Amino acid sequence: MADTSWWVTFPQMERETLVGFRKALDGAYRDFSRSYGDAIEAFFEPLLFFLVWFERLLINAPWWAVLVVVCALVFLVGRSWKIVAGTAVAFLLIGYFGMWKDTMSTMSIITVCTLIAIALGVPIGIVMARSDRARTIVTPILDVMQTMPAFVYLIPVVMLLGIGKVPGVIAVVIYAIPPVIRLTNLGIRLVDRDVLEAADAFGASGWQRLVGVQIPLALPTIMAGINQTIMMALAMVVIASMIGVQGLGQPVLRSITNQYFTLGLLNGLAIVALAIVFDRVSQAYGRRMQLQYERISNV
Amino acid sequence: MSEPMIDIRGLCKVFGGAAETVMPLVREGIGKQELLDRHNCVLALRDINLAIPAESIQVVMGLSGSGKSTLIRHINRLIEPTYGDIIVDGQSVSGMDASALRAFRRNTASMVFQGFALMPHRTVRENIGYGLKVRGLDRDEIDTRVSHWIDRIGLDGFADRFPTELSGGMQQRVGLGRALATDPDILLMDEAFSALDPVIRVEMQNILLELQAELRKTIMFITHDLDEALRIGDDIAILRDGEIVQQGAPQDIVLAPADDYIAEFVKDINRGRVIQVGRVMAPITNGTTGPAISHDSLLEAAAIALAEAGADAGIVTAADGRPVGAISRGDLMAAMVARATAGN
Ligand SMILES: Nc1ncnc2c1ncn2[C@@H]1O[C@H](COP(=O)(O)OP(=O)(O)O)[C@@H](O)[C@H]1O
Ligand SMILES: [Mg+2]
Repeated sequence: MADTSWWVTFPQMERETLVGFRKALDGAYRDFSRSYGDAIEAFFEPLLFFLVWFERLLINAPWWAVLVVVCALVFLVGRSWKIVAGTAVAFLLIGYFGMWKDTMSTMSIITVCTLIAIALGVPIGIVMARSDRARTIVTPILDVMQTMPAFVYLIPVVMLLGIGKVPGVIAVVIYAIPPVIRLTNLGIRLVDRDVLEAADAFGASGWQRLVGVQIPLALPTIMAGINQTIMMALAMVVIASMIGVQGLGQPVLRSITNQYFTLGLLNGLAIVALAIVFDRVSQAYGRRMQLQYERISNV
Repeated sequence: MSEPMIDIRGLCKVFGGAAETVMPLVREGIGKQELLDRHNCVLALRDINLAIPAESIQVVMGLSGSGKSTLIRHINRLIEPTYGDIIVDGQSVSGMDASALRAFRRNTASMVFQGFALMPHRTVRENIGYGLKVRGLDRDEIDTRVSHWIDRIGLDGFADRFPTELSGGMQQRVGLGRALATDPDILLMDEAFSALDPVIRVEMQNILLELQAELRKTIMFITHDLDEALRIGDDIAILRDGEIVQQGAPQDIVLAPADDYIAEFVKDINRGRVIQVGRVMAPITNGTTGPAISHDSLLEAAAIALAEAGADAGIVTAADGRPVGAISRGDLMAAMVARATAGN
């Protein structure tokens, strides 16, 4: 009887072995974070400093000044009065419903996360586009990063750095970086071979080819990646509030535990409004570049 | 004879095979199809030898897939040879290291492409200045030179447009301007006018010939169009399946096609506009009178001259005015309509 039990229940690893295995891994990681945690924390010190400075700047500046600057940026990047008007209305409503401060926190963290994701993601994407080996190595890593439940990222980061802004930023960046990497790679690989051959024929060096031809021609695709990255960062910000990231995620979290339906809904809507603004602006920018390349004569 | 500007020596190209394994087979004369079936390699060029004198236009003609693009890309080494070498102005192109090759492409040889290959994110002005920018010239210098070429090549008023706003003919003017702006000795033109409408194509041919009369570049011009080859070439090489099957002056090819394949090509050609009187004149006989016709006049021009003078025959003269032969109306007519016969 006992011999055939494997037919009914999965012949899994002995419970003690499994527990031992988990303990060993956790212990190793804990030891690692004990011995290097401080050093890593020190490494991220400047980032924390910048985060705090930027958040304070947005919160302490008069609301109308922030509104003017945001609208100006939106216009510069998107070149559309409609989007500017929508942005102004969204921000005024957010302020009116008492969510200005949390929105500023969220905006500051999203901005920083996006900048970090671009600064890391674009170069990685370029390396991937230039070497098939790099691509075969990076692609499965990105697949794992994108399918892994977002909560899982929080665990090692918290073990290493505790609760706070920096671990939040790290978790958000890990979660949001894949699209910008993928689309940078794709954009560069899609650049017209004939144009690249022309660059070679005129004696362009590898760097001149990259900066003068490949990146500019890949830019609309890279922008699409940045757009997706921003959207994912916004989605992750709510989850990151679980580890102490300030902003619109906090009230949402509180609403879940205390069943404050309206509070949760309002803050959720504020996140949606931010997402729409970021999305429209970055899409308008991408479209503008696309048009410039594919300008069709209407003379 | 002076040294050729471009000297192609024993050039072979096999795509997808290592030189050590495929070269013995190529030397044994393995067929293109057999090499593909048995070794999965494409034989694109076999033992090409071609010497191009400075300041001349060498046309390379052949059907699609005959290896024309592959050949021209060996001259600036966009494609590495499997075997053989190209000597440009006494210097081996295959021997150049990466920086020497870049310098060669920046200063000595530039290229015009069939599909134009302009940069869509740069204006006409920036496209024409591309080679100079790559070379690292300062902005003012580039501006002066580019303005000169915009003017010279008929692109006034288009300087700040983007390539996609222009017609095909205008785009290829930009391509030509970009190639000329670096003031190279050598111009490589891979079916540069093939994508254009016939009328625009003739216009571009005229521009090229006009520029060439003044600039005296060494030009390799690829085409699949015999009319274009005859109009432009000082010398024509005909490529088939990666081999040169005939090479010579345009009128030699029309008068004595090397085989049926070429004879088929030339049979519908307007011979009156290709063949010169000197090639078909009769020996001078005592008592022949008539208007003087230069030995390098085309048959058509000679016929017009005879008709205008109301003469039955003319005296063919050398460059120094010395009489060297006679040509009658009958000779002219026979030469203009004679069917090309294969072989020599
Ligand atoms: N990169 C390549 N790899 C394999 N075969 C090629 C490659 N480039 C050209 N070929 C082959 O070489 C031959 C000559 O091509 P090409 O030089 O482009 O001809 P053409 O310009 O006269 O049309 C063709 O059979 C083509 O298929
Ligand atoms: Mg070709």
